[in-house]
This record gives sequence, C-alpha cells and structure tokens, in this order.
Amino acid sequence: MKARVTVTLKTGILDPQGKAIEGALKSLGVDGVASVRQGKVFDIELAGADKAKAEVVLKEAADKLLANTVIENYRVELL
Amino acid sequence: MKAAILVFPGINRDRDMARALKLISGHEPAMVWRAETSLPVGTDLVVVPGGFSYGDYLRCGAIAARAPVMDAVRDYAAKGGLVLGVCNGFQILCESGLLPGVLMRNAGLKFICHDVHLRVERSDTPFTRGYNAGQVIRVPVAHGEGNYEADEETIKRLEGEGRVLYRYCSADGVVDEASNINGAAQSIAGIVNDRGNVLGMMPHPENHVEDIMGCTDGRGLFAGLVQHLEKAA
Repeated sequence: MKARVTVTLKTGILDPQGKAIEGALKSLGVDGVASVRQGKVFDIELAGADKAKAEVVLKEAADKLLANTVIENYRVELL
Repeated sequence: MKAAILVFPGINRDRDMARALKLISGHEPAMVWRAETSLPVGTDLVVVPGGFSYGDYLRCGAIAARAPVMDAVRDYAAKGGLVLGVCNGFQILCESGLLPGVLMRNAGLKFICHDVHLRVERSDTPFTRGYNAGQVIRVPVAHGEGNYEADEETIKRLEGEGRVLYRYCSADGVVDEASNINGAAQSIAGIVNDRGNVLGMMPHPENHVEDIMGCTDGRGLFAGLVQHLEKAA
C-alpha cells in the first residue's frame, strides 16, 4: 500500500525559504503569485493492506519523526 | 568534572569540545556513542556538541534527538543532571523535547560563520557563574539554522522566568536588530529549561578558550561549570 504524508508549516510561522522562492518566482516573471509557503512530502510504501492500521502507523511516524508539531502540521493520505 | 560528550554521525565539534573541557577541567571527557543506552557512572555534565548530525537531514537535530542515548540523557536531566547543548546540540535538545521551541532557518537565509558578541543576562546559574551579569563576551557562531522561535506564551515564560542566559548584542552590549544575526526571537542565543539544568546555545564557547584562538571569552562558561560542580561536591 502506498501512502503520502505532507508536512507544512503552521500559519504564522516565519518561512524564509518560502519567501525566497516567492521572490525567485517573481523575478522569473511568473505572474499572479501572491505568496509561497514550502513544505515536505514523504511517499511511503507500507507492508500489509489494512487501511485502519496503516493510518495509525503513518500518524505515529509523523508524530514521532516526520513533523515537528511545534511548528508543523501534517496530513496523511492513503493512495 | 566527569563530562560525557555525545557523538552522532556527522557531529564535527566533539573534539573541540573535548579539548576545551580537558583544558579547563583537567579531566578527559568520555565520548559516548549514539547507540549507548546509559551514560558513564558518575557523569556530572553531558555535552551535546555541534556539527551536522545526520547531515541535517529532515530537520537539524531531528534524527539524533531520537537516538537511544537520548533516552539516557532525558533520565539524567530529569534527575537534575547538567546538560549543555551547543549549536547542533541546541537543535538536538529542542528536537528531543528537553528544551522548548525550535531553531529555524536564519532570517537572512545565509550560513553565518563569524564572531558575535553575547550579553550574559545573569550570573547566578551553573552555566553563567564564570561571568558577571551584563558582561559582554565574544564567541564564534557557525550555523544556518539558529533563528530561535517559540510560541508567544513560551517566549513570555522564558523571559518572565529569567531563562534567557545569553543574547546577541553589539560590542558594547546593546541588544538591537542589527546585532541579532539570525533573526531569533528576543535576540535569544541561549536558554535553559524550567529547572535550569539544561542549557542550549547556538554560539561556540569551546572555540574561544586558548590564546592561540585569538580570544578566551568562552572559558568562563566551562570554568563556571567546574566551580559549580566543585561547590556541589
């Protein structure tokens, strides 16, 4: 089973990397970009086919390591 | 002083730290590998040194913070043992939950590697007793992620409880925007936990301890720890 965990910065957390990317897009002449926030995507291959169990495992992975919940939110998706 | 220096893959300031501790305390520190599940008997200071543990993958300090030895450090700190984290060590302590907050990318996005001035905010702690309150010291920094941030309530608590021990400042001790090299909240360079036995700081006091380094302002931190431990013994 394939899954994806997306980690994003919480609202209000300063994101200098996102700001730099936003500036770069503007200097490239990409019109209509109001703001950019960057984050991380983890594509995970799971052993077994139990969806409920998979969600528990992914949540544990995100809480324990993938996200720092002081500054980041995460979203778990089974693909 | 029986110091234990933690070693993780990618840590590169462990030898600098060992040299400084040996020089000032007269005792060779123990080097403790990440996979250990206990600290050497009689350890009275744990140091998490600087470097780039696990290549800064995922988030700085995130993977090292989950190593087996960190459980031993958590137990040790819970019993009141002294823990000092420098640079990547500060990031590891934040990621491990031993200190609040997080070290974000420097506000200016650049890796900063030069001497900075720090104001010592108080002298009545094991980590600052080698200095006077208000004293300005010069020590080097070398980091890309040293921008300390925490939620508003945490910052308020840190300030209210006098837990900011070191702050970035100008050469004459003025804390202002220009001297806040990485954009840290309240110009924070170093904080302690609520119990006051765990210090995390971004600058490297261990790199200013010998005349050949051009400055010995970092000695006070280690000398103060030695004094504190001698008094306690």
